[in-house]
Amino acid sequence: MTTQISMAARTSSEPHTRYQALWLSLGTGARRLLHNPLTGAGLLVVLLLLLVALFAPWLATHDPLAQDLNRSLHAPNADNWFGTDEFGRDIFSRLVYGSRITLYIIALVTVIVGPIGLAVGTISGYFGGVVDMLFMRITDIFISFPSLVLALAFVAALGPGLEHAVIAIALTTWPPIARLARAETLQLRNADFIVAVQLQGASSARVILRHIVPMCLSSVIVRLTMNMAGIILTAAGLGFLGLGAQPPLPEWGAMISTGRSYMMECWWLVAAPGLAIMLVSLAFNLLGDGLRDLLDPRSE
Amino acid sequence: MSLLSLNLPSRGLRRVMHRLSAVTLTLFGLLTLTFIIGRVMPIDPVLAVVGPDADSSTYDQVYRQMGFDRSLWVQFGYYLRDLAQGDFGNALLTGRPVVDDILRTFPATIELATVAIIFGIGVGVPMGVYAATQRGRLADHVIRVISLFGYSTPVFWVGMIGLIIFYGWLNWVGGAGRVDLAYDGLVTPVTGMLLIDSALAGDWEVFGSAFKHIILPAFILGLNSVSFIGRMTRSFMLTQLSQEYILTARVKGLPERVVIWRHAFRNILVQLLTIVALAYGSLLEGAVLIETVFAWPGFGQYLTSSLLLGDMNAVMASVLLIGLIFVLLNLLTDVLYQVFDPRTR
Repeated sequence: MTTQISMAARTSSEPHTRYQALWLSLGTGARRLLHNPLTGAGLLVVLLLLLVALFAPWLATHDPLAQDLNRSLHAPNADNWFGTDEFGRDIFSRLVYGSRITLYIIALVTVIVGPIGLAVGTISGYFGGVVDMLFMRITDIFISFPSLVLALAFVAALGPGLEHAVIAIALTTWPPIARLARAETLQLRNADFIVAVQLQGASSARVILRHIVPMCLSSVIVRLTMNMAGIILTAAGLGFLGLGAQPPLPEWGAMISTGRSYMMECWWLVAAPGLAIMLVSLAFNLLGDGLRDLLDPRSE
Repeated sequence: MSLLSLNLPSRGLRRVMHRLSAVTLTLFGLLTLTFIIGRVMPIDPVLAVVGPDADSSTYDQVYRQMGFDRSLWVQFGYYLRDLAQGDFGNALLTGRPVVDDILRTFPATIELATVAIIFGIGVGVPMGVYAATQRGRLADHVIRVISLFGYSTPVFWVGMIGLIIFYGWLNWVGGAGRVDLAYDGLVTPVTGMLLIDSALAGDWEVFGSAFKHIILPAFILGLNSVSFIGRMTRSFMLTQLSQEYILTARVKGLPERVVIWRHAFRNILVQLLTIVALAYGSLLEGAVLIETVFAWPGFGQYLTSSLLLGDMNAVMASVLLIGLIFVLLNLLTDVLYQVFDPRTR
């Protein structure tokens, strides 16, 4: 009898743990997400980017850093599909390897920003009062700068470089995450199940970590996805100003920056990396747009 | 009478006062943040003043003069005092007060951003209204993709492609800078905005040249606002179009054009105004990049060139100013709501 019940329970679609619930909601969400062909296209490009980055050594036709001054500034041809740059390096291969840098930036920023935003937001929302006021005031200060300008100021302080650009972008992208996590926490704070756990004697840290954070996670993940296009553009902007990745790294923004001196004669130097940035950022925007429609039916 | 009117607009006024105090706090935070950023800067500000050849006693003297021997709190106090007196220090590049440099370069940026926002409104609003009326149909989807493109393209890259095509290949527009070199300095600056100055002086040749130079960067800078304003207009219009008064108007047999523009559109004007203010603020961010591409002698280019020189005073003053403009624009949108939307009274 008992086995029958547990069997029945196991086969039904009712989730048993909150993590299972999270996975289930993500699953149904993914199915609804792909209903929109534009969102599907966005997802496809993002997957493609992952594959390109993963298999870069096999996809690249040349060494991305190997200079060959005899072959500099060649227009696109059968051997160099997107042409060569001022040092004779193959632009296609540099783009392929550049995808790794782009993903590196996105991943690192997301990994830094997610936990910081969650921590500040949930602590702020859970405790309220002075802590909340202080944290939200700090958040306001960061939000009141346009992100590129604030990132510029941070890179100015830290000095140019890829890692510093990542830190600068992370410092400018955490506040919206914190606000979101705070809003979610405020809704949860007085829920019955939270009160129940509190009455059982759970510490604040346990309530936040084990009960509030998992509930905030899905919307924070969506928000992080929506941020990725912005991260790409800010990183490219910093690269273009010469403050992000430094030569000879094949970062797309930096490639545009160096190609600028030759752009009137050799348009492919700037056209190809710019198209790559646009494609990837568009894909993340389409994906984020689909996710938002999914979560907020009013925007449809 | 005066006492009475002081009591009247209580709730709206109190909200504005509340916002003002929040803004003051935020501004203080901005100052603190720029101060902290300025302190961690790896470039030695003393060395920048005395030069690399100075002996150690000169160095120590300047070090003390600049207050670096005091505690951080005292330094912060001095920093606030100098800022309150409008003293942002001197710029390395020009050797003049940073404030003067900013005042000199700012009109060029305002001119660029204003032409860009006119383009953003002129295209974005009709686009958004049309998308709302065509909701779910092909035109709506096409407009959605177009505006997503506007969000996704790196503005500096579009600027370069624009220069290659419209200046390099077609030669339809002027290249870098604000006017052709031959016309440079012909018009005495009054407002600092070349289009207005040349029109005031009646020098239409300069005006034409300036126009040819501003049209491409402004257009490209405005692309982002077209997307933003378009999408917001669409969602505001959709909210209005689902209201009952629209149904009533249609049942009365009013032509669709009147329903859309005279009924629904009139009701989103306040919301649009606030959105435009926000879009104008974000244009400043794009200006930093687009001015670098077009060698536009504005505030954004000033910021990036001082950044590459490691000129701390100029960078921090510029960043502070942009933050200030952002905060004030946010405050302005709030006040606009109070003034124009009767429901908030």
